[in-house]
Order: sequence, then structure tokens, then C-alpha cells
Amino acid sequence: MLTTADPREPLQTDLLRFSTAGSVDDGKSTLIGRLLYDTKSIFQDQMDALEAASRRRGEEGVNLALLTDGLRAEREQNITIDVAYRYFAAPRRKFIIADTPGHVQYTRNMVTGASTAELAVVLVDARKGVLTQSRRHGFISTLLQIPHVVVAVNKMDLVDYDERVYRGIVAEYREFAEKLDVQNLTFIPISALDGDNVVTKSGRMPWYHGGTLLHHLENVNVGGSRNLVDFRFPVQYVIRPHQDFRGFAGRVASGTVAPGEEVVVLPTGRSARVRSVETADGPLAEAVAGDSVVLTLDDEVDVGRGDMIVRRMNLPRVSNRFEAIVCWMAEQPLCPSAPYVLMHTSRQVKAFVSRIVYRIDVDTLHRDEVGSFGLNDIGRVEITTVAPVFFDAYAQNQATGSFILVDPFTNVTVAAGMIRGEIRTAEEVFGREEPAGRAVSPGAVWQEWNVSRERREERLGHAAAVLWFTGLSGSGKSTLARELEERLFGAGCRTMLLDGDQLRHGLCGDLGFGAADRQENVRRAGEVARLFFEQGSLVLCTFVSPFREDRERVRALIPEGRFYEVFVDCDLDTCRRRDPKGLYGKAARGEIVHFTGISSPYEAPEEPEITARTDAHTVEEMVEAILRRLREDGIVS
Amino acid sequence: MATKLLDVQDVLPPPIPAPAGVRRRSHLAQLESEAIFIMREVAAQFERPVLLFSGGKDSIVLVRLARKAFWPGKSPFPLLHVDTGHNFPEVIEFRDRLAAEVGADLVVRRVQDSIDRGRVVEETGPHASRNAMQTVTLLDALAELRADAAMGGARRDEEKARAKERVFSHRDRFGQWDPRNQRPELWSLYNGRKAPGEHFRVFPISNWTEMDVWQYIAAERIPLPSLYFAHRREVVDRGGVLYARSPWVPLLPGERYEEREVRFRTVGDATCTGAVESSAATLDEIIREIAGTRLTERGATRADDQRSEAAMEDRKRHGYF
Ligand SMILES: Nc1nc2c(ncn2[C@@H]2O[C@H](COP(=O)(O)OP(=O)(O)O)[C@@H](O)[C@H]2O)c(=O)[nH]1
Repeated sequence: MLTTADPREPLQTDLLRFSTAGSVDDGKSTLIGRLLYDTKSIFQDQMDALEAASRRRGEEGVNLALLTDGLRAEREQNITIDVAYRYFAAPRRKFIIADTPGHVQYTRNMVTGASTAELAVVLVDARKGVLTQSRRHGFISTLLQIPHVVVAVNKMDLVDYDERVYRGIVAEYREFAEKLDVQNLTFIPISALDGDNVVTKSGRMPWYHGGTLLHHLENVNVGGSRNLVDFRFPVQYVIRPHQDFRGFAGRVASGTVAPGEEVVVLPTGRSARVRSVETADGPLAEAVAGDSVVLTLDDEVDVGRGDMIVRRMNLPRVSNRFEAIVCWMAEQPLCPSAPYVLMHTSRQVKAFVSRIVYRIDVDTLHRDEVGSFGLNDIGRVEITTVAPVFFDAYAQNQATGSFILVDPFTNVTVAAGMIRGEIRTAEEVFGREEPAGRAVSPGAVWQEWNVSRERREERLGHAAAVLWFTGLSGSGKSTLARELEERLFGAGCRTMLLDGDQLRHGLCGDLGFGAADRQENVRRAGEVARLFFEQGSLVLCTFVSPFREDRERVRALIPEGRFYEVFVDCDLDTCRRRDPKGLYGKAARGEIVHFTGISSPYEAPEEPEITARTDAHTVEEMVEAILRRLREDGIVS
Repeated sequence: MATKLLDVQDVLPPPIPAPAGVRRRSHLAQLESEAIFIMREVAAQFERPVLLFSGGKDSIVLVRLARKAFWPGKSPFPLLHVDTGHNFPEVIEFRDRLAAEVGADLVVRRVQDSIDRGRVVEETGPHASRNAMQTVTLLDALAELRADAAMGGARRDEEKARAKERVFSHRDRFGQWDPRNQRPELWSLYNGRKAPGEHFRVFPISNWTEMDVWQYIAAERIPLPSLYFAHRREVVDRGGVLYARSPWVPLLPGERYEEREVRFRTVGDATCTGAVESSAATLDEIIREIAGTRLTERGATRADDQRSEAAMEDRKRHGYF
């Protein structure tokens, strides 16, 4: 309670939410008990209960740790198992502690506690140094973008308040934190048991010149991390008491809003001006992130729950595919083909985990390739939703970058996610006016492949990849690709070679050579390559494919690291001389229009993975070079 | 419009306006915004939500917040009061006037009716209380109203077991809470999805402390039942808890009533809600008194929690408020 604050000035007090995490015996409960006790936030009856409980357990003195353990099961097992919220106040700030256990089996609880925190207190036992659990908590705090981390080096009394021990721990933790990109890192040597440097300054560590933990908590400058730039207003509820008033209720997720500003409503894209920012206490000149208000607009635009009001010149991403880091929170493992409900701002849409990129070992920070996530796993995935969502990267905007996944059958929250960004498709890279993502037939719902590519690759003993040979007619694409395929096939690999002429018999037989048809030809070729790729093959494709944009579109279909653009480079004169199909001759005579290199441009790749100069090297040399590259990249062995 | 409720205008300084240009709001403004956000989620995610109204200060604050959340519209939540029959008349009167003033539907369900219908058996003896029986009446009322969410004014600072309760707290078909199996609650994404027959308890002021509630009442000038302010009343001192004279608290041998200056810190059932000696007659004085007090509000006056260390947790599992 607000014992030390002046109760006459309640409205000047700030609120800070912070998280704590620790393993059994780090002294976390003692520390929290100490903070509550020394700020006089413990009441007499709680104190009496505490003394009685301590006595019953045959302990001498009061065990401050007993103050904060919650449920019966924990009392019995002597451990903290869920997120517990605790409250205390100092003159300048009120505090909400999200108190979580630190063991790996409670990773999900740490993630939950961190999700609302602006600061994290990481506990280190001075005798033990920086153990796995302190690193884990540090890692999760960074993952959740908590802007301030305080490392409390506890139990200094047990190391004789030795400065060298403290310095050693500081150096060790700093080294670890460098890998994490922690924004503000503070170290404080404390003894939770005796109260040194928790609320009152210790006389036993004269070598420490910093403030106490409470002093830091009260004075640290929070709020700098809030996003006050990008206005986002997810509509929660429409308020319509009578014909003349229609207001959109919600909380400003980020940025600010003022009357007169021009806004657009997503997903419709209709624009309007803000007429007023209403509250029950009267209209506001400006609302900022965190304010619950009602917006009225000057136009009769259709707005409902789940829509988002934003500024015209500052739009969030709109996509139905994005990449995210998720923490799996359910016993039931992630099922890549299963539908989930994605809850994001005030929107709920059906979603799939369309790809698991990797799992992060929270202790070693290594990335593991896995087929599923189990309870407490954290990793990177791709999510596909059936309707677009409006989001920002979590790093820029927590409110519009966070989501949860809910099992539609049990209704249980199974995962928490932080959006990294959209999956960039060629359309987005080149700004084409097309819906995001690949073309989808109406009503078709994506199902994961029955047998995953990973399993197929495992059996085949090599990875799948697409090598896309592009170059002028006569540059030597086919010769090179054929020779390469022979070598790979001979080595036992599963291969497939697709070339333009083949596809134009059959699948693309309805297409001509106009710009639109050429584009469609390449699109189909890309999709076919993708199918063979998913089947585990090394797919070699030889297409003139003169336009960068079309090639980028194909690239976007294939995971990063598995697509090789092979630029088959050869000067035009050499090609013309070779003219294996007699086409340059026809073009020169005007029998063929739009012939690449003659009457139609060729856009050379800017950053091809591989360049093969067929006018300077032998086929054998080039094949060897490509094979070497595939071995280096671990595609083949 | 009913008569004006208790006027606190003259006992309070005007609220301190947030300084212009400050972009981080005061703690009360932050807590208010959060509570309003939660109430709007309730209105949007549920079909038949109700607001559990006890007549106490926490539920009075909820009524104020609901009014603000949907302003200039009307709050969509009917008020549900589970009446033990042992309530102070001042509270009942206050309840009826408040409901009329905000234009809310008021639904009252009585523990007495549950007893008459044989749904529960009344406790006997000097410590008899209808507190535990409320649970049955409440669950029956929620079923009758087909309510899928019931908002309450419980706070996490009140009691150990509540420290871990979610804002959106899931209840199974039997109204029970499973503390081992709560849904994780992250950011401000509240998952109110449920199977038919299940419901949610929602606690919009979970993150408020007793002090926050009082400061908010003062800042908002929210009228309260007169019981909360110091007054002279006949009480009996029973093990340190002062019970008001009422037909439901019979004297034990050797006990007697005496008149003292008291006020109530919570106003539940008269058989288990005690008063504290106090001379705090205005909100300002109450806030000062609380700031200096060394007893939590439940510990001071709720006999039901003292029955055992795990008392609250046990009752919650069975569907208590
Ligand atoms: N000597 C010493 N012991 C401590 C200190 N902090 C905590 N402890 C002890 O460490 C043990 C575990 O503490 P507790 O707070 O229960 O740890 P938790 O499991 O992290 O909550 C208890 O015996 C505490 O008394 C400290 O600063 N110095």
C-alpha cells in the first residue's frame, strides 16, 4: 500500500510493471518479500500469518519467502509454479511484479510474465555465478523486448561481500548479454535476506557506488520504448446509443491521435477525418498510446470490431503470411497442418503454421531443425492466415506485433507469438498491384504436405534445391544443366530438369510469347519446380526468363538457401554465332518479334548465387564449380 | 431520476488534472484505461455478460467504469446481486438507487430462496454464515440468466490465491476454477473462447490495490454507502472482530453490545463482515487511515478467510466470487 507516498497526490504517481524469474533457492521469493516488507507493503495480519507459518515449519525468524508463494500445491512442493502478480508502492511509483519460476519447464510462464513487463530483474546467486537459468531469463527478456534488465547479484553475504566475486559475475553476464542486444543493463549486488541494497543502502559493500534496487526501480526512465509514432487503433466495440452518434471504442495501441487528422480504416481502405476523441470525462485534444477512448469520424464509413484505424501515410503491414517467433504453451504439440485461431489486436482469424523454420535452444541459443514444437519450445515459424491481418514487427510495436494461437476445439491458448515481419513475396518487393501471397482459388485452404519434405530429404540423403538457369537463348543453359543433372543423378541424387520447350508442350501449351504470357509461363514453371522441390528433388530449370521481376517471384516460392539463380553469362555475339535453334537468324529476318537480346530486353541478375561464363570456361569446369558450391552449402555430400 | 446519492463534493479537493504534455499517464489513468479495455472486451466477446454487484465499493467502482467504458451509450451489463438476506439495509437501499440512476437492469437472487428450495442447507450455531451458500445461488442465477461471463470486483492484492488468477478466468460446466490449468494470459490478448455451458469470471480491476480503489473513488467523487464512513453503531467484539448489532448475529453468553465509532472496510454479509474502529468520516481521512494501516482489508474484517490458510483457495475452486 501507499504507505510512504503522500496520499494527497495520487494522480502524480507512475506505474511500472516488471518481471522477476529465478530458480528454486536463488532467493527470488526472499527478495520480493524484502521489497514488500521494506516498503511497508506487508500488513500486520499478513505478518502474523507469516510468523505462524514460519514457526509451524520450524524455522527461526520470519521467512519472507513464504509471503509470496501462492497456491496450495506450491506450498506443499515448496516451489512457485505460475505467474503471480504482486503489488507495492514507493513514493514516486507503484509497481506490479509479474513473479515467475525460472526452470526450463516454466518457460511459458516466464514468457507470460515478460509480456507485460517494462523491466526485468534477473537473479544471480553470487556463490554460483551466471547459471543457465539466469541466461534463460535474460534471453526471454530480450526476446520479449523488455527494454531494461537489472541483474541482482544476490547472497553477497555468503561471499563476504567480496567485490571480486561481484566483478566476475558482472563480466560474465556482460559477455553473455552482448550476444543478445540488451538495451539497458544494470548490476546491483544485494543480500535479499538481510536487505542490503534492496531498499536501504548497504554499509557492507563500500566499493559499490550505485543505488539500491528500489532506487533504480523508482528512477529508471521507462516509457522511452513506447511507440508514440505509428498510430494504430484496433476497434473493440461500436457505440451507437442513438442515430446521431456512432463512435468506435478502443485503446490506442501506439502513436497518438487528434481531431482533424486524416485516417483510413483497414481492411476497407476507406478514408475519413477524426471528428472527435471522446471520453466520458469530455473530449480530448489528443489521445496517446494506452488511452481507452472513443473515436468519431466525419464520414459514415462502415467500421466494426476487428477493423483498424490508422493514418493514411503510416500504414501497418497487411498480409496473410508472416514470420514469427512463437513460444509453445500447451502439452499438445504444434501440429503444422492443424487449424488454429489467431487472436491479434481485436481480430480473430483462422491460421496455420505453414512452416517451422527452427527451434531455439533457450539455454545454448543453438538452432535446431525440428518437425514440431512441444510445451515450452521457442522457435521461428511461418504463419498463414485465411484472412489478412494488419501488423507491425514486434520490435517496432508490441501491441500490433503480438498474437496468441488458440486451439479451436479445446479453446485453450496454445502459443504466444511475436511477429518478425511479413514473408516478402515478389509482389511486395516490386510493388505490383496484386494480392499478397500466391494466387489461391476461392475457398481453397492450404494443407501441409502429407509426408514432409524433411522426411523425404532424410530418406534421399540430400537436400532439395532449385537451380534456376537464366540467360540468353544460345548461352548454354541447357548444355550446362544437362551435364550437371547427369553428374548429380549419377551420384544417386533425385533430380528433375525442366526446360521451356518441354513445358510449352502441354502445361503451357496455351501460352504465346507476349509479355503477359511469358510472365505466366515463368510463374507456372516456378510452381512446378516448387512441387518437385517439395518432393525432395534437385530441380534444374532452364528458362530464358529475361525479367528480374518474374525470377524474383519464383525465388519467393522457395525457402531461403535453397534457391540458386544461375546466371549463364555469354556475350551476345557468341550466342548469335552458336544459334543452336536458328532463332537469331529468324529474329534478324524479322520472323520473330520480341526476341530476347534482339528486339526485347534481357535484365541480367543483380546478385545471382552462381555465375557461369560459358564463353570463358569449359562445361566440365563449370559443372565442377557448381557441384563444389552445392557441397559447401550442405545440399549434397 | 432518484434522489442524489451521498454528496462528497465538499469533503474533497478537486481532482488533480494530468499535467499538459505529459505522455505517460498517472497510475490511476493507466489502471482505468486497462479496466475499460477489459470491459469492452467482455461486451464484445460474450453474449450475455453480467456484472456481479455486491453493494461494496469495488463493485460500485465497476459500475462507474462500465458507465465510462460505453459512454455516451449505456452499459450493456445487467447487475446481478446475490442477496444473503443478511445485508445491511443501507447497502440494499444504495443498490436500488444506484441501479435506478444508471438505468441498469437489476437482478436480485436470494440465498433464502435456495434454502427454501432445498438447494442448500443452512449452517447453524454462533458462527453460522450464509457466505458459502452464496455460491449455489450464484451458479443457479448464472444458469438461469444463461450468463456466459460474470464480472466481479476482486483484486489480486486481496489474497494469496488471487495473485495468480487470470483477468479472464475460465470456469467449467460446474462453475469450478482449476488453478493448475489456467490459460496463459499474455499482453492484453484475452481469450474468452469457451464451450457451451462454460462461463468466465472476469476481473477488470485485478491490478488495482485497495489504495488505488480509494484514490479512484476520491478522484472520481464516487458516492458510497454511508457504512464506509465513520459513524456510531452498536457492535459486539468477537475475537477482535467487531460485528454490527443485527438479528443474524445472536449474542453468545458473556457478550454484550457496546456503541463505538466504527466504519466498514468491506460491506459483505453482516454475519461475517466486521467493522473497524475509526473516526475517518471523509474519503480524504479514509485514504490517510489506509495509508497508515497495518491490516489488509480482508484480514481485518473477514471472518471467513481465517478459517484456514487455504480457505480462499478452497472456496474459489468451488465457484465462489
Ligand atoms: N544468505 C543468504 N541467503 C539467502 C539470500 N536470499 C535468499 N536466501 C536464502 O536462500 C533460500 C532460498 O530462498 P527463496 O527466496 O525461497 O528462493 P526462491 O526459490 O528463488 O524463491 C532461502 O533459504 C533463503 O533464506 C541472501 O541474500 N543471503
